[in-house]
Amino acid sequence: MKPVIIIVQALILILISLLISGIIRKIKDNLKMRKGASIFQPYYNFLKLLSKDEIISENSSWIFKITPFIVLAAAITATCLIPLFGTGFSLNNMGDIFTLIFILALGRFFLSLAGLDTASTFSGMGSSREMFISSLVEPVALLALFVVALNSGSTNLSLIAGVFNFKLSSLVAVIALFMVTISETSRIPIDNHETHLELTMVHEAMLLEYSGRSLAMLELATHIKQMVFFSLIAIILSPLIILPSFSLYQILFTIAFFLLKILIIGAFIALVEISIAKMRLFRVVDFLGFAFVLSLTALIIQTWGM
Amino acid sequence: MLGVVTANNGFFFLIMWELMSLISYFLVVFDSKKSKSIQAGTIYIIMTHIGTTFITAAILMLFNYSNSFDFIALQNAAELIPSGTKNLIFLFLLVGFGTKAGIVPLHIWLPYAHPQAPSHISSIMSGVMIKTAIYGLLRFVFIILGINALWWGVLVIILAAISCIVGVVYALIEHDIKKLLAYHSVENIGIILLGIGASMIFLKMNIPSLAILALIAGLYHLINHAIFKSLLFLCAGSIYKATGSLDIEKLGGLIKKMPYTTACFLIGAMAISALPPLNGFVSEWLTLQALFLGALNSSGFLRVFLGIAAASLALTGGLAAACFVKAFGITFLSLSRSKKAEEAVEVPFSMKFSMVFLSILAVLFGLLASPIVKYLSHLSQYIANIHLNTSFALNNFTLIIQSKNPIYLSTPLILLLFLLIITIAYFIIHKTLRSNKVATNKTWDCGYYNLTPRCEYTATGFSKPFRLAFSFFLLPQTKTEKVKDSFYHTTSFKHEVSTIPLFNKYIYDPILDLIMKTAKITRKLQSGSINVYIAYIFATILLLIIFMGKF
Repeated sequence: MKPVIIIVQALILILISLLISGIIRKIKDNLKMRKGASIFQPYYNFLKLLSKDEIISENSSWIFKITPFIVLAAAITATCLIPLFGTGFSLNNMGDIFTLIFILALGRFFLSLAGLDTASTFSGMGSSREMFISSLVEPVALLALFVVALNSGSTNLSLIAGVFNFKLSSLVAVIALFMVTISETSRIPIDNHETHLELTMVHEAMLLEYSGRSLAMLELATHIKQMVFFSLIAIILSPLIILPSFSLYQILFTIAFFLLKILIIGAFIALVEISIAKMRLFRVVDFLGFAFVLSLTALIIQTWGM
Repeated sequence: MLGVVTANNGFFFLIMWELMSLISYFLVVFDSKKSKSIQAGTIYIIMTHIGTTFITAAILMLFNYSNSFDFIALQNAAELIPSGTKNLIFLFLLVGFGTKAGIVPLHIWLPYAHPQAPSHISSIMSGVMIKTAIYGLLRFVFIILGINALWWGVLVIILAAISCIVGVVYALIEHDIKKLLAYHSVENIGIILLGIGASMIFLKMNIPSLAILALIAGLYHLINHAIFKSLLFLCAGSIYKATGSLDIEKLGGLIKKMPYTTACFLIGAMAISALPPLNGFVSEWLTLQALFLGALNSSGFLRVFLGIAAASLALTGGLAAACFVKAFGITFLSLSRSKKAEEAVEVPFSMKFSMVFLSILAVLFGLLASPIVKYLSHLSQYIANIHLNTSFALNNFTLIIQSKNPIYLSTPLILLLFLLIITIAYFIIHKTLRSNKVATNKTWDCGYYNLTPRCEYTATGFSKPFRLAFSFFLLPQTKTEKVKDSFYHTTSFKHEVSTIPLFNKYIYDPILDLIMKTAKITRKLQSGSINVYIAYIFATILLLIIFMGKF
């Protein structure tokens, strides 16, 4: 039973991830008084890319070809760690919350290498910036999760999901984690999904040479990674409802509740995105420095009561 | 080296230690035609002797209480030593062994000496020799001296965290591949010492299971570092043999010419960047867990302190990954940046064999984490003199850390899941879907269609964000010169970027100045006239006669 549930919930997370991106985009467009594309646009894009032909740079090597697979595998492996249906139902035998960070780092490592592989200046620039930002993100993410784990008494994700964590220290840590999410999902103050301008070239620049099915895989991985971070925040903020039985009604209710949480987080991201301008690359240091101070504050609050 | 670790007597230990240092001096100056080698050797021998002096002093202080150099006698005598002297001995040992291990700020010899030796020697020096210092620290502090105070562990962790970050930041801006690896040794010694320092704290706090866990983490990383650092140095040797250059700005495109070296370097780079499921990941994960559980079981400042230590480890991991994306990407990927790199050919079988062997080890030490941790657990229990009932291995594939809520880690499962997802994705993409056309064409270069290696991103460019973000520490300087052929016409620009080595400038140079100045003053005593010298001898004898009764 358990493996089936884990596969099902991973599939649900993967399927929903595209929808969430579509909804965030729709909210943003509506707030800008635009009509916007349908919320199912990411699905159409994905299917369109799958049917396209592919061009590979003649300068590139096998690293360029295997990267989409590895990035996608990293994102999906990370989803398997996240419980959706209740506390016991994730692959917690495989690893914990720290493992999740390291697994995502593996995907990023290969994506940055692929950026350097094509000999294009733009994607090299993207790789450099991505590694720069992510290396600063890593301590923030780890410290924030460290505080949350201290509150739950373990780094085991199932246990974190099961403990009611609504404490001040967790809340402060979640704000830091939210800032991490913004930069990891390449959202506006740090990066911009929607353009290929030189100024915003971080994540998109690395994908510049990809096309067709490889690009489809990489974009899917981006959506899934965003879902992973949203789910982490959702899990920390409000615990899962533990299923007494596996009736259809119960399962649907759990999914609906989970979706609601994710939607609220997504809407919040959309609000942040339209109200802030993109930062200069070296302002990112200040942004993440602030996030680090926040997670440190969370640790201090956690240590001395509250 | 073997002599050092097999000595059972403080006296022989010192002799072997000195022998090891002296022999490795000759290995550093192996290529003695280069003035750089001589300079590196000189720095090395001076630093290593400063270290040896401190170790000798510490052992003599111990001898004062035991009257025997035997390790067991020293261990028995350790109880008699008053606390203040113990602290002093510990500090001396830390400075002494720290010099050999290359902890900041005693690391300055390491990036000079290791790259100067031939590659296989550097792989032994960086991979194994600096570990003897960790052995010495474990032998003298854990087994003989015993942990006396909490601040010992705290001090070790602070030094370790600083070493980690300083090492990796210097590695990031370094473009000579062997120097880069040498700086990474400083970083990795820091990670090892994080585990060992945490273990010292937990021993003092009397939480034996955590002390063992932290010690396992440190020892595991020690072995892992020996594997992947030797591997990377051997790869650097292969690159040097094939291209005659170690400057990564002049390399590039080697992936098509040297497939074996590339694959091995990639595995080494992934291992050192702590990416799952390789060995570096397991030991860093264990270190993080030790720090986390330590924080969970402590309170107040110590908890915040351990949290910050964990964050600094995470920063190190992120920066190390960035550094190896740079090192691997610029060296092996895209177009060749020089003619030599273009004409490179794969190295002969003998060199390939040792690299492939070490890569397999790096993978195995990642996947077989459970049996290895089981073995290290016995070892750590011997070192810390604790007997523990709990086991850290659930079965042969899964690690378990037992606390109130058990935490698991299974690297084979991660690999399995990865392979499964990749296979499924591959079948969906290439078998079930309608086949599509995959064409090979030029990289997009804004329609210019003349992409040359000069258009590629360089290592200097890659590390620029880091250079600027850490500018308070690296103190980068730029110099721009115009080359003119007349007053109005500039033919070309010369642009230079350099950084100031902080530790050399603000710690070592003043000391060196002071020594030179004192030397100048004392030189006045040496007039060259034999009469004056006889007068000195006479005065000395007189003084000795006067003070004879006093002692």
